[in-house]
Amino acid sequence: MNQNVFIELINPFKDKVFRLAKRLLTSTEEAEDATQEVIVKLWNKKENLDSYNSVEALAMTMTKNYCLDQLKSKRAGNLQIVHNNYTDREPQLDKKLEDSNSLEWVEKIISQLPEQLQILIQLRDVEQYEFDEIAKIVNMNETAIRVALSRARKKIRESMVNTHSYGIQ
Amino acid sequence: MEFNKIEDLLEKYFQGETSIAEEKELKDYFSSPNVAQHLEQYKPMFGYFSQVKEQKSTQDIPLKTKKRNVAWLSIAASVVVLLGVGTYFYVSEKNAALAVTQTELGTYDDPEKALAATQKALALLSSNVNVGIGSVQYIKEYEQSKNKIFKQ
Repeated sequence: MNQNVFIELINPFKDKVFRLAKRLLTSTEEAEDATQEVIVKLWNKKENLDSYNSVEALAMTMTKNYCLDQLKSKRAGNLQIVHNNYTDREPQLDKKLEDSNSLEWVEKIISQLPEQLQILIQLRDVEQYEFDEIAKIVNMNETAIRVALSRARKKIRESMVNTHSYGIQ
Repeated sequence: MEFNKIEDLLEKYFQGETSIAEEKELKDYFSSPNVAQHLEQYKPMFGYFSQVKEQKSTQDIPLKTKKRNVAWLSIAASVVVLLGVGTYFYVSEKNAALAVTQTELGTYDDPEKALAATQKALALLSSNVNVGIGSVQYIKEYEQSKNKIFKQ
């Protein structure tokens, strides 16, 4: 497999890898590093990529595992990823008040969910994967995915409703 | 009515029962301008999902593996080290040999031979001095052009 064929193969899902990494790692730089890491790993595997049913699912699984490992080692190293580590994530106070019930709040609410639920929301609600594809990526059965997804969506709704009504008062 | 349908879909959505097509319908509804007031609260949620999907990675795809680079680097480094050590021994050995010949052949018994050797050495010296003067000519050139510029 030469470079051009490989690039053509990964191009359709390269951004999905990036977005999943960004969902979990929060910072853009770290997400780019993760994307790079996953692509290099795939490139090193290029001889046996044919043996996988879906390279995309493989890539997403690798991304998920890589990011979770990163988070784990960060926490072990006592460096928590908190939002104010990254200036681009924490808007100015006045802007926050202004946008109090807009899209940034949704992002914040999602980032407070457990990682597994964040992954499911990202794969289903953002990337619109079918349940059988998600099942392959996260190695769960479809029923469990539906249940977890329902839990995640309800949690988001709960937080949204709270901020919404606070906004009115 | 439209509202009822959307409400049913929402209910299904929060149970995790909607299909991709139904979820798309919800996203379309909430991105349209006429969202019913009591459903307004869901707008940011669906709006966010659509917005996030637009994010793209801007970096180039790196296909040179890091590991391979490290391997090449180490090969290059070892070659450099080997060459360095090799040249060091080569040069020092040569110097040692030279030192020996100098001590052995530094004096002449026959005055004519000594004169010839001295002349040869002086000739070598003067030719080298000429080489040095030759390169100083460039500086003169430089001076001339400088003078030209400054006169104008």
